[in-house]
Amino acid sequence: MRAVDALMECLKAEGVDVVFGLPGGANLPTYDAFYDAGIRHILVRHEAGGGHAAEGYAKATGKVGVSLGTSGPGATNLVTPICDAMMDSVPVVFITGQVRTELLGTDGFQEADTIGITMPIVKHSFMIQHPLEIPRSIHEAFHIARTGRPGPVVVDIPQDLSRADIPYEPVTDVHLPGYQPTTDGNQKQIRLAAKALANSRRPVIYAGGGVINADAAPDLTELGLSDRFPVTCTVMGLGGFPATHDQWLGMLGMHGTRSANYAMDEADLICAIGARFDDRITGKLSEFAPRAKFIHIDVDPAEISKNVPAHIPIVGDAKNILPRLTAEYRALAPDPSRLDEWWSRIHAWRERHPLGYEPSQDAEIKPQHMIQALYEATGGDAIVTSDVGQHQMWTAQYYHFAKPRRWINSGGLGTMGFGLPAAMGAKVGCPDETVVCVAGDGSVQMNMQELATCSQEGIAIKVFIMNNGYLGMVRQWQELFWDKRYSQVDMGQWPDFVKVAEAYGATGLRFEDKSTLVEDMKEAIATDGPVLVDVRVTREENTYPMIPAGKAARDMVG
Amino acid sequence: MGEPATKEILSLDELEATAGLRTGRKHVLSILVENRPGVLTRIAGLFARRGFNIDTLAVGPTDDPSVSRVTLTLDGAKHPIDQVTKQLHKLVNVLKIRDLEPDETLARELALFKVNADGTARAEVMQICEIFRAKIVDVTKRSVVVEVTGTYEKVEAFERLVRPFGLIEMARTGEIAISRGRSET
Repeated sequence: MRAVDALMECLKAEGVDVVFGLPGGANLPTYDAFYDAGIRHILVRHEAGGGHAAEGYAKATGKVGVSLGTSGPGATNLVTPICDAMMDSVPVVFITGQVRTELLGTDGFQEADTIGITMPIVKHSFMIQHPLEIPRSIHEAFHIARTGRPGPVVVDIPQDLSRADIPYEPVTDVHLPGYQPTTDGNQKQIRLAAKALANSRRPVIYAGGGVINADAAPDLTELGLSDRFPVTCTVMGLGGFPATHDQWLGMLGMHGTRSANYAMDEADLICAIGARFDDRITGKLSEFAPRAKFIHIDVDPAEISKNVPAHIPIVGDAKNILPRLTAEYRALAPDPSRLDEWWSRIHAWRERHPLGYEPSQDAEIKPQHMIQALYEATGGDAIVTSDVGQHQMWTAQYYHFAKPRRWINSGGLGTMGFGLPAAMGAKVGCPDETVVCVAGDGSVQMNMQELATCSQEGIAIKVFIMNNGYLGMVRQWQELFWDKRYSQVDMGQWPDFVKVAEAYGATGLRFEDKSTLVEDMKEAIATDGPVLVDVRVTREENTYPMIPAGKAARDMVG
Repeated sequence: MGEPATKEILSLDELEATAGLRTGRKHVLSILVENRPGVLTRIAGLFARRGFNIDTLAVGPTDDPSVSRVTLTLDGAKHPIDQVTKQLHKLVNVLKIRDLEPDETLARELALFKVNADGTARAEVMQICEIFRAKIVDVTKRSVVVEVTGTYEKVEAFERLVRPFGLIEMARTGEIAISRGRSET
């Protein structure tokens, strides 16, 4: 059997039913194998679009995404999605073509040192050096991508090796002596954490994307509701705890709510679950949560005490740990009234500082209103992807995610152009769900070519561009911190997005009136096929509240 | 957007102050890795991107041909070393890491020195070699090549003594280390 046919067998054995990619010279053999392999292949228009689509697919379904590119430029175009998947712990296997082995190192046509280029941004990578390595490497790649802290794995296959005739035997075991993730969680530590929670008077549960990755959202909710614990999530963790619940503080961090950030500031105990104390969360590290002791639950031991020293570290999978923590906590039967004072303090913050904005007096659509309208139009139950910038933060603030895997964005790397292809991947993975992309007018132009893919494949995503004609977040920083010297942020009104949509065979719409916005949005969502909507919003509106970078929670503005 | 919300110009001194974290405490890490191509690059790359500074590095085979030992020494406060080992553990090809305790460790390096040694200097150099149990492995009219093994400190001391004679060239391996056998009691 050709090695590439064995590759197809391996993909099928891993349960892969769809891949995103673009062929080229070095992976021609692979594409010949796809011809009758019975695996759905989605032909993207740019490898980066395919990489982000695989991420969107992985985030929406919890399965491993697969993305393919050829050697050289095909592989370098995948660098951004690989790095994005690394930063946000997304399980994706990237399979790249490589030049023939005799050309390696000779600066051959379309040769790039893919393994070298991607080494700092992969969980692991495999440079295939013998055709017999292909099946095992593919299975190891899936195993590494999926388990422990998920992440991207690159498999680079030279063209000649992929053409080799090999005896294929299914690989049923994976043996990686240097890779043994700890997932159990130490029972003694869990007991200690339960006691600390029972003794705390001002606790906060702070959860991140790890809870989503571990499929532990119900367990987080269970823990939160085992007492009246206030719960907040990072931008990656949204949906881990229902945002409609009274114990929900809102998102925390740079554009989080005041109640969430003030609660962190005054907490005596912070229980961090699958979160990594990123600088967007802590602000000035030396003034972060100065009164708190920390429980830190994470599957990656290197995250524990990386930025903030943990008093009770627990290494393991949230799915294993949280139910045991809840049980240990319940057994202690602490008095819930000890939290009364804490809640009255939190309620006071909530009343004094609700999320809000100045509504427009005329038909103008405020960006925050746009998200509220979208929430209403979708019944709060769409899969929502976003690009990066102001619109991302407003979506995180105003679309109250009640379930996990509904909010798909680029948190760590902050990749503009992520949203549209990610929505495409999510829709392929969840064809029965409404999949919406909230895009920026700047961001969307970075991967708009995938509209062609959506039209060709009938992938009915609904893209709503929050169009203010600016690189809005940069403009906001220039306004607030750089004396309003607007340098290279005005995008004007190019292109005409309605025409672009139509040229790509999608439906193009433009909304400018807030009074009919909800109805207009409902209609757009009900329209068949891909839809791209240019929503004109207030040009200069700032995302508030905000902890200026390098400042503490107490210094929030807006 | 990663920068603090300030447009103040940062002085070079401030930058350097935040960069330095050297404590003087030397750590010897003994790392067992799978003997595969690219493993050393992964380790070196990890150090580079996390900002850890390697002082010395030595790689060689072990009793098991599929496993190599990387011995590296570096300088850092306890906290960064903790991060170093945790990050190293995340490399799939890294099998085992030990942060060797100085008291329980035997560390040696090999060094070759080419020293000016003509006339009266030669006798003096040879005398120093004798004290250090160093071997002269090559002699010409003008110079000698000396082989020294020992701890990092011993090699440093030897270098200081022969440098005044005129050190033409020097090559050092960096330390390799192994832990002492367990005592019976």
